[in-house]
Amino acid sequence: MALLRVTSPHAHGPMSTPRVMQNVLLATVPGIVVLTHFFGFGTLVNLLWACLVALVCEAAALKLRRRPIGFYLKDCSALVTATLLAIALPPYSPWWLIAVGIACAILLAKHLYGGLGYNPFNPAMAGYVILLISFPLQMTAWTPPRGLGQTPGLVEALQACFWPSSYDGVTMATPLDLMKQNSSLLVADLWAQTPQFGRWAGLGWEWVNLAFLAGGAWLLYLRVFSWHAPLAMLASLGLFAAVFYDGGSSASGGSPLFHLLSGATMFGAFFIVTDPVTSAVSVRGRLVYGAMIGALVYIIRVRGNYPDAVAFAVLIMNFAAPLIDNYTQPRTYGRRRDGSEQ
Amino acid sequence: MRKIFDFHGGIHPQENKHQSLQTPIRDAGIPPELVLPLGQHIGAPASPIVEVGQRVLKGQMIAEPLGFVSVPVHAPTSGTVSAIEDRQIAHPSGLQAPCIVIASDGRDEWAPLTTAADYRQLAREELLARIRNAGIAGMGGAGFPSAVKLSTRPGSQVNTLIINGTECEPYITADDVLMREQPGRIVAGARILQHLLAPGETLIGIEDNKPEAIAALRAAAQGTEIEVVVFPTKYPSGGEKQLIEILTGKQVPSGGLPLDIGVICQNVGSVVAIHDAIVEGRPLISRVTTVTGEAIAEPGNFTVLLGTPMQYLLARAGYRAEQNRRLIMGGPMMGFTVPDANVPIVKTTNCLLAPGHGELPAPSPAQACIRCGMCAQACPVSLLPQQLFWFAQGKEFEKLESHQLFDCIECGACSWVCPSNIPLVQYYRASKAEVLQLRRDHERSDQSRMRFEARQARLEREEAEKTAKRAARKQAAQQRAQAAAAGGSGDEDPIQAAIDRAKAKKAAQQAGGAQHDASEQEKLEKAVVTTRQRLETASSKLAQAQAEGSDLVTALQTGVDKTRAKLAAAEKALQEFQQAGPALTAGDAAGDPAAAAIARAMAARQADAAMAPADKARNQLQGLEQRLEKTRDRLASSQANGDEQKIIEALAMTVTRLEEKVSAAREQLKNPGDA
Repeated sequence: MALLRVTSPHAHGPMSTPRVMQNVLLATVPGIVVLTHFFGFGTLVNLLWACLVALVCEAAALKLRRRPIGFYLKDCSALVTATLLAIALPPYSPWWLIAVGIACAILLAKHLYGGLGYNPFNPAMAGYVILLISFPLQMTAWTPPRGLGQTPGLVEALQACFWPSSYDGVTMATPLDLMKQNSSLLVADLWAQTPQFGRWAGLGWEWVNLAFLAGGAWLLYLRVFSWHAPLAMLASLGLFAAVFYDGGSSASGGSPLFHLLSGATMFGAFFIVTDPVTSAVSVRGRLVYGAMIGALVYIIRVRGNYPDAVAFAVLIMNFAAPLIDNYTQPRTYGRRRDGSEQ
Repeated sequence: MRKIFDFHGGIHPQENKHQSLQTPIRDAGIPPELVLPLGQHIGAPASPIVEVGQRVLKGQMIAEPLGFVSVPVHAPTSGTVSAIEDRQIAHPSGLQAPCIVIASDGRDEWAPLTTAADYRQLAREELLARIRNAGIAGMGGAGFPSAVKLSTRPGSQVNTLIINGTECEPYITADDVLMREQPGRIVAGARILQHLLAPGETLIGIEDNKPEAIAALRAAAQGTEIEVVVFPTKYPSGGEKQLIEILTGKQVPSGGLPLDIGVICQNVGSVVAIHDAIVEGRPLISRVTTVTGEAIAEPGNFTVLLGTPMQYLLARAGYRAEQNRRLIMGGPMMGFTVPDANVPIVKTTNCLLAPGHGELPAPSPAQACIRCGMCAQACPVSLLPQQLFWFAQGKEFEKLESHQLFDCIECGACSWVCPSNIPLVQYYRASKAEVLQLRRDHERSDQSRMRFEARQARLEREEAEKTAKRAARKQAAQQRAQAAAAGGSGDEDPIQAAIDRAKAKKAAQQAGGAQHDASEQEKLEKAVVTTRQRLETASSKLAQAQAEGSDLVTALQTGVDKTRAKLAAAEKALQEFQQAGPALTAGDAAGDPAAAAIARAMAARQADAAMAPADKARNQLQGLEQRLEKTRDRLASSQANGDEQKIIEALAMTVTRLEEKVSAAREQLKNPGDA
């Protein structure tokens, strides 16, 4: 029997792309549980329907591209995209909204560019922004969190999704909306007068953010990604909020804690900004990339037209990632910073 | 406590070293046949100094180094040289290379050895020469001639001498057992190097996963200035550059040598070999090799003679061939698979790894790169492997170079961590080869461009010279014509002119006849002499080429033949001249050429005068038509032969001109009144 001839290395580490993706999926569990606790079964229905549509879209795209379907479906990247988009969508979204969003994410943002690894934009965020611009009404209809109104049950959640015309849900402004629309009240007064605020940020939202923070911390512990981009984003968002807190006047943008625990901050920091495909690659590059996203999130939240800004900020910085890469090449062993020989 | 530095990246693969550490070093014995490749080191292969059939003794030099970066090869045991031929060697490509084959006689008879009672009495150059003549090349895996590495330039100061006992590759324990069992020889060898290099400090670097080796060396180094430095286990801390960074915090400049920052590194195996060579006079004829893997029944370390077929060594360790699909020389991270178990052990064979079926499984098919950056975190050289992979796929060679592809040490850490199982190192190796090829092509095309430009310039210069000459001739012709017009009457008698010319010629010939002949003869003699000289030079060159076995023999042979033919021609010409010379002079009176010319010219003139103008014109036309015909023929044959464009053009022009003349002549013939 002839001996095999293969090149080194002959050993391989334990990490695999499917396992990375599965870990990311597992890390979303605490956030989903808390979301479900505060907003009812809407998120779960979103999630299941989104995953189904995503698998169908992925399989169809792979078939059209003549790629082995089973092999690529197993990498779980479509499920990650679907999960992230489903979490970002308001609970009790109609089926078609989710389907359009997922189709845009998988087909346009991912496969049109060559599939996993070649997409310049984060597919989930691209799908989210397309929906936000096309269907602003549906995309801003958030149910009040538990404690402020009736939380719909499972049957109502299914009804809302698959037979939307028969569902009549209650919606309410989110804390970020309120903060943005505030023009006359001191922050403390706004807090006292509006029931949507909790201890540090929005009622329910603060726990949602803490749950995503916990999931992110677990991924960091597993070294699925490095700390640089998420921490840079949180630090720069916190810094901006602190600088422009303005002592809580009526013109204040909100406290750093409010910004860190509101909307999609933690979800974005640990599940979106860390998407390796669309972010900068080097350590310094990721610091710059994360910090710029944090700054953009604050600017858009406080000065822009939309209450939350993670999706826009991420997409803008996706554009900039190759440029950042170009200027943040690490110093190679035995060379100067500019790459010349010593 | 010494400060330990860290290097960027690195990985922690499963060590798998315990399997081969269960038994002490065993002796592999003398195989019936030893195959010794002439190139077991980096640099020019050695050149054989023995002949087939010659009996050699153990330790006898059988091939001498060729050039500075080269080392000799010695007979590992006594026996007979049975062949000097190309054999398959341990090379990833399954390359065949020249080898000396020795049939061992089992007597293991030593050649006389030069020992040194006290190496401190020896001069630096003598020590280096002995290290070189012992055939020592880096035994950690690279195989760089140790003497070259130790030859410091005058004025360069060695601050730190590092003895590398890191052995960071999984599975390999050859250095570990050497340090455990022979710490005294390592320390003694290190002291020789200290004497040779006079370093500021001497460090033995060991990873903390070898506590026995550390203890043994610390005990042996007691009372010397040698310090045993222990640092955390991490692959690839045994890489020379990485080890230097760990121990000194300094980085070797890219494209430079450790000596540039005052460091010299030697592997513990090489240090033992240097000790043996200097103190005992023993050349490098054996080494310690780890044999391990699940397909080995009794894994362990062996002292094995260089040139031993791998098969022989594997059998000694209980090789189960049916469980083994690939045989790796070196470790699982940087080792390469050998094509055949019969290739010989060489100076750089630190390990034979025969993994079982479930061991080191082949990675599953590569998936898309998700740019997760784990490779960049693992890279000990701080490259961006994911970007390099991207550029390698797109064959963006400039980008590859600007991302320092050539600083990659091919340690395999990036491939090891890659979650998508992308064989990154393979991409880099291929890209390096492509870039090097491209550089060579570039150089070559630069050269041919320069050649082309030089040729173009030469052609232009020649063309300009030609034009200038033509212009000068034209001017001279015009001046002559003007002079003629001014000097003589329009209708000078051609007969008279011919007579004058012939007379002048005759007079000249009669005046200097003998002298003329003499000069002609001289010229011919000279030609004969020169040609003979040339023939002699060419013949001696040919003889030299034949002696050297050069490729130029055929070319030179043709040259000699040609020159010989020329010489014969020249001699013949001289002879003919000498014979014809007197005859010519004698017959001069009889056949006076001037008189004949006068007669011809007179006849022509008379005929011309006798002819009617119409006949004259017809005659002229006939001549022109004949010339036209001839020229057309030549043009046709030129075109058919594919002659140079210039010739064809010139001929075509002549044809046109002649056609014009012919038609003009016809016109004249029709209207004779015009004439």
